[in-house]
Amino acid sequence: MTHLNTFEIFLLLTVLKIVVVLVITLTAVAYTVLLERKVLGRMQNRWGPSRVGPFGLLQPLADGIKLFLKEDMMPLAVERPLFVLAPIIALGCALISIAVVPFGQQTLYHGVDLFQISDINIGLLVILGVTSIGVYGIALSGWSSNNKYSLFGSLRATAQVISYELALGLSLVGVVLRAGSLSLRDIVNSQSHHGMLSWNFFGGFQIVGFFIYLMAAYAETNRSPFDLPEAESELVAGYHTEYSSMKFAMFFMAEYANMITVACVATLLFFGGVFAHGIIHAVLPIFWFVFKILMFLLLYIWVRATLPRFRYDQLMSFGWKFLLPVAMVNILATALVLAFRG
Amino acid sequence: MQTALFIIFGLAAIAGALNLLFQRHPINSALSLVVVMMSLAVLYWTLGAEFLAAAQVIVYAGAVMVLFVFVVMLLNAGEEERTSGSRIAYIAGIPGAAAIFALLCFVFLKNKVALGNTQLGGDLSNIVSNITDISHTLFTSLLLPFEATSILILIAILGAVVLARKEL
Repeated sequence: MTHLNTFEIFLLLTVLKIVVVLVITLTAVAYTVLLERKVLGRMQNRWGPSRVGPFGLLQPLADGIKLFLKEDMMPLAVERPLFVLAPIIALGCALISIAVVPFGQQTLYHGVDLFQISDINIGLLVILGVTSIGVYGIALSGWSSNNKYSLFGSLRATAQVISYELALGLSLVGVVLRAGSLSLRDIVNSQSHHGMLSWNFFGGFQIVGFFIYLMAAYAETNRSPFDLPEAESELVAGYHTEYSSMKFAMFFMAEYANMITVACVATLLFFGGVFAHGIIHAVLPIFWFVFKILMFLLLYIWVRATLPRFRYDQLMSFGWKFLLPVAMVNILATALVLAFRG
Repeated sequence: MQTALFIIFGLAAIAGALNLLFQRHPINSALSLVVVMMSLAVLYWTLGAEFLAAAQVIVYAGAVMVLFVFVVMLLNAGEEERTSGSRIAYIAGIPGAAAIFALLCFVFLKNKVALGNTQLGGDLSNIVSNITDISHTLFTSLLLPFEATSILILIAILGAVVLARKEL
């Protein structure tokens, strides 16, 4: 690499990192769907997909080919540009936020960090901002479909996401106060000193913040028990009722990519990111990062198999009257403790 | 690099602003405004004000404009009709806008030394973080305006609640 100058090396490595991360994320999305179907099946005392390939492992491939080959229907009454734009916004925003996630300890090669696409000093805010832009995908899809069920779904989704975004943002402030930085790398490093004990979840006493984050994030990703926007018993399929083929697949991928992002953020902020306890940490930090993410995905599926759906007024009052005040008390308590400790 | 970003997103902001005026459907206008705000956020970022950029995206593009779009969707507002507009706006509009632009240019150029200037992209390196500086300024020298603003917003929220309540 001697004949390349620094900028060219930076450019090449960045493009390479983006491609690798995108491929891994999209594969992970496909297999999360399979995992969900398998685990849900076993929890409901049935097998789940088992015909395509050994243990149904080729099912995502078959699903992908099926979705790709289906006819891309364009209903007559839709608002065409926005109808096309909406799934792009949804998937784009879901994938962009993964760019600031550090997947491993900082490993510099010619001044480029190999395990993170970009280390931004406001990484956490970037994730929150990109998530808040992602709402447009859902809002516009329902409106441009010109279908009352879609519109209801997207109205519900928009109101829900705006309401829970507050609790979500506030639940992370405690972690930011402890780390004194908004960079995800710094936040992870602040939890590295005493193994598991220095994780924000255990040693940092951010357990309240963590549970608020978890609940708000489930609502943000429109997952059960907050899946009112696509409540199939009342709204057909919610905001993506009119979508077919790859446009539908893009919404589907966006949902699962958002789940993975939430799992990444929870791991980084509350469970020490790549850091684990002493001996465990010595073996392949990335393995532990992936393991933690997998645990969060399993929790998502477990919750979906267990809990019934909220009623809409319950959802709103839970967000505004319970999560938000508790998140504020959490900030106050964390700030007081930090101030007294000096 | 920074100059290229400035040109691209400056043009995007202007194009979005013009599109906002020329579109007849409220939702298209609202989305153009989102484009303007995102472009402004990128401009802030190239100037090294990354916290302001993030706040711009989260607050304006992510919350305020989502509410705009939400209301337009909820009311199912149709296309607007073109009217000839008011005469006063025709007479005073362009000279007024030009006068304000000239005034702002004059003030900024006159106080160039006092305001200080920043290189495009001068603070883009990851080492510098101005969040600490911002919060320090907000909670020391600008404490009174900051708290007054928050109380104003609280009053606005209370007013909205009172207006929205049907039984009183």
